[in-house]
This record gives sequence, C-alpha cells and structure tokens, in this order.
Amino acid sequence: MDLQPVWDWFRWLYEATGIKLTIFYDDFDRSRFFNGFLTSVRLMGVCLVASVAIGIVGAWLQGARSHLVRLVVQAYIQFFRNTPPLVQLYFFYFALGSYLRITNENGLSVPLVGNFAWAAICLSFYAGAFNVEIFRAGIEAVPRQTIEAAESLGYSRLKAYLYVILPLAFRISLPALNNNLVNLIKTTTISYAIAVPEMLYVANQIWSDEVNVPEMMNVLLVVYVSLVGLLVWAMSRWERAMRVPGWGVS
Amino acid sequence: MSWTPKEPIVSVRDVHKRFGAVEVLKGVSFDVMKGEVICIIGPSGSGKSTLLRCINALVPIEQGSILVEGQEVHDPALDKLALRRKVGMVFQQYNLFPHKTALQNVMMAPLHVLKQDKAEVEARARRLIKKVRLEGKEDAYPGELSGGQQQRVAIARSLAMSPDVMLFDEVTAALDPETVKEVLVTIRELAAEGMTCLLVTHEMGFARELADHIYFTDRGVIVEHGPPAEFFANAKDPRTRQFLSQIL
Repeated sequence: MDLQPVWDWFRWLYEATGIKLTIFYDDFDRSRFFNGFLTSVRLMGVCLVASVAIGIVGAWLQGARSHLVRLVVQAYIQFFRNTPPLVQLYFFYFALGSYLRITNENGLSVPLVGNFAWAAICLSFYAGAFNVEIFRAGIEAVPRQTIEAAESLGYSRLKAYLYVILPLAFRISLPALNNNLVNLIKTTTISYAIAVPEMLYVANQIWSDEVNVPEMMNVLLVVYVSLVGLLVWAMSRWERAMRVPGWGVS
Repeated sequence: MSWTPKEPIVSVRDVHKRFGAVEVLKGVSFDVMKGEVICIIGPSGSGKSTLLRCINALVPIEQGSILVEGQEVHDPALDKLALRRKVGMVFQQYNLFPHKTALQNVMMAPLHVLKQDKAEVEARARRLIKKVRLEGKEDAYPGELSGGQQQRVAIARSLAMSPDVMLFDEVTAALDPETVKEVLVTIRELAAEGMTCLLVTHEMGFARELADHIYFTDRGVIVEHGPPAEFFANAKDPRTRQFLSQIL
C-alpha cells in the first residue's frame, strides 16, 4: 500500500496550519518514531507475559511448606512494592549494572545486560510483585472444600493448583489483574530514564530537533490511550470468554 | 502386607483427634467388611464427619490406627494417591469443580491423576453419567444444575476413580426434600451392587432400610451400635434414646 498521499497530506497540513507532525512526512522522524513505538510494544509484551508468570509462580511459592521460601517471596514483594519503580530502575541499571560488566574482544568494558533488558527485568518484577498479591487474593477466594474435593480425588498439591485452584483463582483475579497490567503498560515510559529508545524517548529526541513539543505530546497521549484501550478490550474479551455459566459474577 | 477380603476393608482402632483444645474423637474403633453398608448417626458436633475425613487422610489423627485394605492411613510414608484411589468421598456441599462441565468433572481425576487414556475415560464417564440418571446434562456446568443433580455428578466423579470404598458425608443434608430421593436412589443402587459404603447421615428411614450396621456417636465416642432393626427398636443407652426420640 502506498502511503505517500497520507504523508503529503501531513506536509500540506504543516504548510497550511503550522501543525508540525514530522513523524508522518519526514522519513527520518517517521522511521525513528516507528522504531520507538515497536520498542515500547516489545517492552510491554515481554513485561506483560513475564509479570503474569512471576505472579503465578510467586503465588504458588507463597503456599510452600518451607518457611524460607515463603520469607523470600514476602521479602521480594515488600521490596518491589514499597520502592518507586524509577528508583528500582536506577538501582538495577546503575548499581547492579556497574558490577555486571565484561570485557569484549576489543578489550573494552561493556555492560553484560543492556538497558532494554534491565527495563524488562525491573518492570516485570515490579508488576510481578503486585500480581503475586492479586493471585493470592484469588487463590484465597477459592473455597477450601473445592480444594479438598481435588485432594480426595488424589490430586497432588501441584496438580490441584494447576487444574483446579489456578483456573478458578485466575477468573476471580482478572479484574484486579487488568488494572495492574494497565498500570504496567503506562509505567514502561520510565525506561526513558535509562535511555531505552522507546516511544517517549524518541519523542523527546524528535521534539528537541523539530521544536514541535505540543504536537508530539498529543501524539504520545493518543498512542498511549490507544494501546491501553487495546489491552483493556482484549482483557475484557478474555474475561467474557472465561466466564463460567452459573458461577461467580455472570 | 497383603490384605484379603476376609479381613475388614476398613479397620478403625482407638482413633483420637483434636482440633486445638477440643478433642473431637476420643477413641473410636470399628470394622467394616467388604460390601457392607455402615451408617454413622449422631448429633452435630459428635465427630462423624471428622471420622470420615480421617479415613481419607484429609485430616491427620493424633493417636490410634486406621487401616484401609490393610494399609495404615496414618503412616507418614503413605502414598496418599494410592489410598485415595481406593477411597472415594462425596461431600455435603457437592464441591464440584465449577469451571468444568458435568462430564469434565467426572473425567478430570482419571485423566490428571491416573493418566488414563482419554477416549476410554470419556466412555466410562458417559456411562457413569447415565448410571446416575443425568443423561443429557453432560455439557451443563455445575452452576446450571440443581443440588440433587450436582450431588449425583459428585458421586459419578468419585466412582470414576473405581474406588473400593465410598464415604458419604451428609450428602443429602443440603438438598430439598424432593431431590433427596434422587440421590438416595443412586446410593441404594451402589449398595446393591456390593459397593462398601460408609455414610454419615440424618436420613433415619434410609439408614434403617439400607445399613448393615448402625453406629451412634456422641461427643467423640461410639455410644451404641447394632443392626438397624435392633438399634431402632430397643436402644439401650439413654443418649441414643433421647436422640432417636428427637428425630424419629
């Protein structure tokens, strides 16, 4: 599909009104903004999946027999829930990152973990801490008798968790999970602070070069509203698809 | 240890169980032979349900011994899966898995726990659904079924594991009077087929008709027991007589 007429229209818009959306008609800006968008979407995707996985595993470990395991999970939750995500990001990138360096083939010291990876790790654990608590609340809402029925049928603790507790807890947790994931999507913008070339970062570069701050601010708002809207729509579809006739809020 | 059908299939010896400061079972002993139907009756809080749950190792006991087919249930090294294959349990509140259909509820444990072949499990599950007279309800979710229907699915779900002993914990207590009958018909058929059944029940008419032996428990001990005809006609203990006069 040839989009040249669209780009030309935006150039005409600029010439006619002064609204300077270079990300449409300037090839270089368009390409860097698009790459920033893709970086953001990739970061969001990785963090969504990883934080939900952390939540599921963490909630399982919270019920572990070992006191030590439960203590570690609790410490993790407290650490990530009670510190600002930006401080966490700085801590990972500047404090931990300064130790994790290797010498490359040219004899230069380079970071072992790049900034995108640090952002993904930090944000996944940050949202994951909340997800653990969200799933725990869901698990606690599963009736004790239902779990007992599974036990009486010979289910082990792990199998009862996988086949009975988790499917029910997940459905109970979905609305709260939905909230936290929306929050996660929006929080990806803080990776700006460690120069991950995501959307906010490239937008800043563009408005510095083109002096079109109001336009880029509007672009950012529209894109984030759309991305969050897409997630909320997908989550509510999922919620509907998982609804069980005659059970819970149906 | 090998067990032969000449020995009791369930043997309970001097079982003690306490929850905190409350001693719920204070030395209970009885035997159940293969194919027998045992009814345990008594006022609420007398430890009837706890007793059934001990037999299934759902709750640990403090003292005494429970043998199922010669295997000590209280042994810490016990393979609970092996025990629970032998002992099926049906609960007062049905406790079906609400996110699965009736048929899936029946199929789940044989698939997940016993890892049996899916086609074979499904065929067996359909037969069991038919057996409990719920043909046509295979794809209904528990929330779409009446209490009596859910309880029959729960019975089919237990039977799918091919147990040797079935425990029924006040299975009709949460049902409407009309639907009680549907469930009792199912249990009666099971008993007629020779299934060993332990029932905690308040259905005295049913206990009188079906039981080989009745145990009356009060405050953690077996007060009196006997075959139904004898038990209901001339109970000796004053506590039994008082209980029977209140509910008959």
